[in-house]
Amino acid sequence: MDARADVQPEAGAQALLEVDDLQTYFFTRQGVVKAVDGVSFALRRGETLAIVGESGCGKSITALSLLRLIPDPPGRIVGGTVRLAGHDLMTLDEPAMRNVRGNDISMIFQEPMTSLNPVMTIGRQIAEVILLHQDVSRKEALAKAVEMLRLVRIPEPEQRVREYPHQLSGGMRQRAMIAIALACNPKVLIADEPTTALDVTIQAQILELIVELQQKLGTAVILITHDLGVVAETAQRVIVMYAGRKVEEAPVGELFAHALHPYTHGLLASIPRLDLMRGEVNDTPQRLQEITGIVPALTDLPQGCVFAPRCKFADDRCRAQYPPYEQKRSGHWAACWNSDALYGGALHA
Amino acid sequence: MGAYLVRRFFLMLLTLFGMSVLIFVLLRVMPGNISDILFESAGLVNPAEKAKIEKELGLDQPLVVQYSTWISGLLRGDLGYAYVSEKPALDEILPRIPITAKLAVLALFFSIVLGVPLGVISAVKQDTPLDYALRVVSLSGLSLPSFWLALLILMGFVHFLGWIPIYTDKPATIWHELALLSIPAAAVGFRASALIMRLTRSSMLEVLRQDYIRTARAKGASAASVNYDHALRNAVLPVITIIGIEAAFLIGGLIVTETVFNIPGVARFLVEAIRWRDYPIVQNLVMFIAVVVVVVNFLVDMAYVVLDPRIKYED
Repeated sequence: MDARADVQPEAGAQALLEVDDLQTYFFTRQGVVKAVDGVSFALRRGETLAIVGESGCGKSITALSLLRLIPDPPGRIVGGTVRLAGHDLMTLDEPAMRNVRGNDISMIFQEPMTSLNPVMTIGRQIAEVILLHQDVSRKEALAKAVEMLRLVRIPEPEQRVREYPHQLSGGMRQRAMIAIALACNPKVLIADEPTTALDVTIQAQILELIVELQQKLGTAVILITHDLGVVAETAQRVIVMYAGRKVEEAPVGELFAHALHPYTHGLLASIPRLDLMRGEVNDTPQRLQEITGIVPALTDLPQGCVFAPRCKFADDRCRAQYPPYEQKRSGHWAACWNSDALYGGALHA
Repeated sequence: MGAYLVRRFFLMLLTLFGMSVLIFVLLRVMPGNISDILFESAGLVNPAEKAKIEKELGLDQPLVVQYSTWISGLLRGDLGYAYVSEKPALDEILPRIPITAKLAVLALFFSIVLGVPLGVISAVKQDTPLDYALRVVSLSGLSLPSFWLALLILMGFVHFLGWIPIYTDKPATIWHELALLSIPAAAVGFRASALIMRLTRSSMLEVLRQDYIRTARAKGASAASVNYDHALRNAVLPVITIIGIEAAFLIGGLIVTETVFNIPGVARFLVEAIRWRDYPIVQNLVMFIAVVVVVVNFLVDMAYVVLDPRIKYED
């Protein structure tokens, strides 16, 4: 892969989080699984960066790697650096790393039903993170917990702090998770599929809440999702991952207008659109598009482009050599041999 | 909750009533009564004299009458007279209870203090040499018969090392008494501790996989806080159940241990009383044990309410 300065020209003084050539491997009996294989990106202050891809593409593992929460064994971060405001997190010892977790970088998880401890009150679970990172009394921490619940718009926060997770609905629990994540005013919030497990009306509310609090608190957000609809509504930049690698990266408008990777096109085409399916656009109703095939086993990656086996445009070069990850248009990067021929690339810039 | 407690109380009474019938019937089904045994050992068979003894002890009455005599006495606090010593049964049983109670509590304490932390360590260090070693220890705890273990301990600590004094009735200090009881208690508690260790381990492994453990780590909690505050509080629930059940099994283990270590507790006394078909002693003592077991199980169920907010006993 290219030299770093070349990969992220905008990753200058204002970059808050810089991830460079991150490699997280899992050492299993079936072989080495390269779950994250050389991923680099930069996150600016207050920005929302979306990481999208199918299940198993390594987006969640990337997120967990940033916090160094990869279960070891079998997983291990074997290479790369993660810099937060210039400090390398990979060289920190465990106590120093604990100071980062929940304080500088915090995380919201996919499954609100199981992500809260069932035998602890909501208040205690919020107060815990405050007590871990701030020099306050238990009482002050609980008062702050009430305040946080109010901030995430949970009604009757004074009562809710005394309740247990099973007494809250899924949406309420995810709000409580957000309260925990934001309690220490982190610089970076990682939201790993925060709305996937919720029903649609609640999804919109939770997304609105995240965006609103992000603007209020100035938090930078890494939004991990497979839902491009969510991306369009919230993110400024998008990274598309496939089989542990970045395949495309662009500002959100640019990506939706001029995607340069066949995989991204596949993802975009697989969003259900009522007008297409009713035949309002092309006269004849169209079936929902899918990307044929499945994500390859990460122990047994093809030699060339990892997407080649599922790509209808793949040629011999695709199957033989991994394409370089290069800037095709201004601020728009992709790894595809044929993007110029297929989608125009630099010619239209 | 109030109505639940009332219902639960009556269920406990029903259980104890069932127990009383069971004990009574089992004792009468056992071949022979005290007069048979007395006459057999004396080698004399004088039917008239035997009948006289049976009449004196009320053994000639119909079973229903015998049963109601026992129960009505028990309800009045009159346990009758021991057949062998001819002293009030209460005076025979009561003085022996504290020593067995101390032994039982100490054994339970040992098994919990040993079993729970080692189970946690075993789970946290899963598949390391330490985990394998602890699993071997716990497996051996389950498979070694306690009488054999007790004999080994006796041989090692008393005979060869001389660390543990032979049992005396009148220990000088409370520490002396504790030292006296700790080895037999450990011998009994070892089995329970092994069971608790294995259960804690598997329960912890289950809990450590849960999402909320990852949440706790992502908050920046230390390994100790994650393992004990977050994981153990959830993992301990099934362990509490087994502790309740083990408390009942403990009494069986105590019979053997009291015999091997020559401790004049209630458990050994019970075996002796069974041998003599000393009905008032056996019936009342087993009833007492039944009450203890029923109460312990009630306390375990109540512990759930405290430990798991999801559990509520509705009416």
